[in-house]
Amino acid sequence: MDWHVIASGVLVISGAFLTVVGAYGTLRLPDVYTRLHAASITDTLATFLVLAGLAIPSLVAGEWLIAVKLLLVLIFLWFTSPIASYSIGHAAFFAAQKPKLDHDLTDGEGDKA
Amino acid sequence: MIYGVAALGLLVAMLFAIIRALLGPTLMDRVMAANMFGTKTVLLLAVMGYLAGRPEFLDLALVYALMNFISIIAVLKYFRYRDLGQSRVRS
Repeated sequence: MDWHVIASGVLVISGAFLTVVGAYGTLRLPDVYTRLHAASITDTLATFLVLAGLAIPSLVAGEWLIAVKLLLVLIFLWFTSPIASYSIGHAAFFAAQKPKLDHDLTDGEGDKA
Repeated sequence: MIYGVAALGLLVAMLFAIIRALLGPTLMDRVMAANMFGTKTVLLLAVMGYLAGRPEFLDLALVYALMNFISIIAVLKYFRYRDLGQSRVRS
């Protein structure tokens, strides 16, 4: 059980654990904006952990093409999932969907959104 | 075995996304659940490709990530403008 097997196992398991925690966060959080935060936060880190955990054994085994493909998937997800989450949040806010706050955002000045 | 547990974790995360999609009171909850489901599918493809010893799955994962992003943006545009803009092209 040399180092790269342990390293890839730890990375992949931590990535999967973060994914489950993030997904559980979307169930428990009260509001769409907080759920969006929980869902999109795992998109970058958990993706990196899982794909890096897969890249290590392929690099050690010498198949550089698999590692390059994993890198491409990772780079693409790193760029697009924040954009997708931003546009969901923007569309939600644009659809005048009020975040659930303790106090009223407009403090009684009527609906300005 | 480790990758099997990771794949199981990803499946549990996808199950949570489906539950949020079903329960989600507002429209944006469902769009967010769809986006999350797509991203986890990409990861599951990568892990299953590694488990099955078939590197072609990574091409599928990349294409799926591309499609997932485009479809989420198209869905959001449709909900935002009630159409995808063809009418402006024709008029």
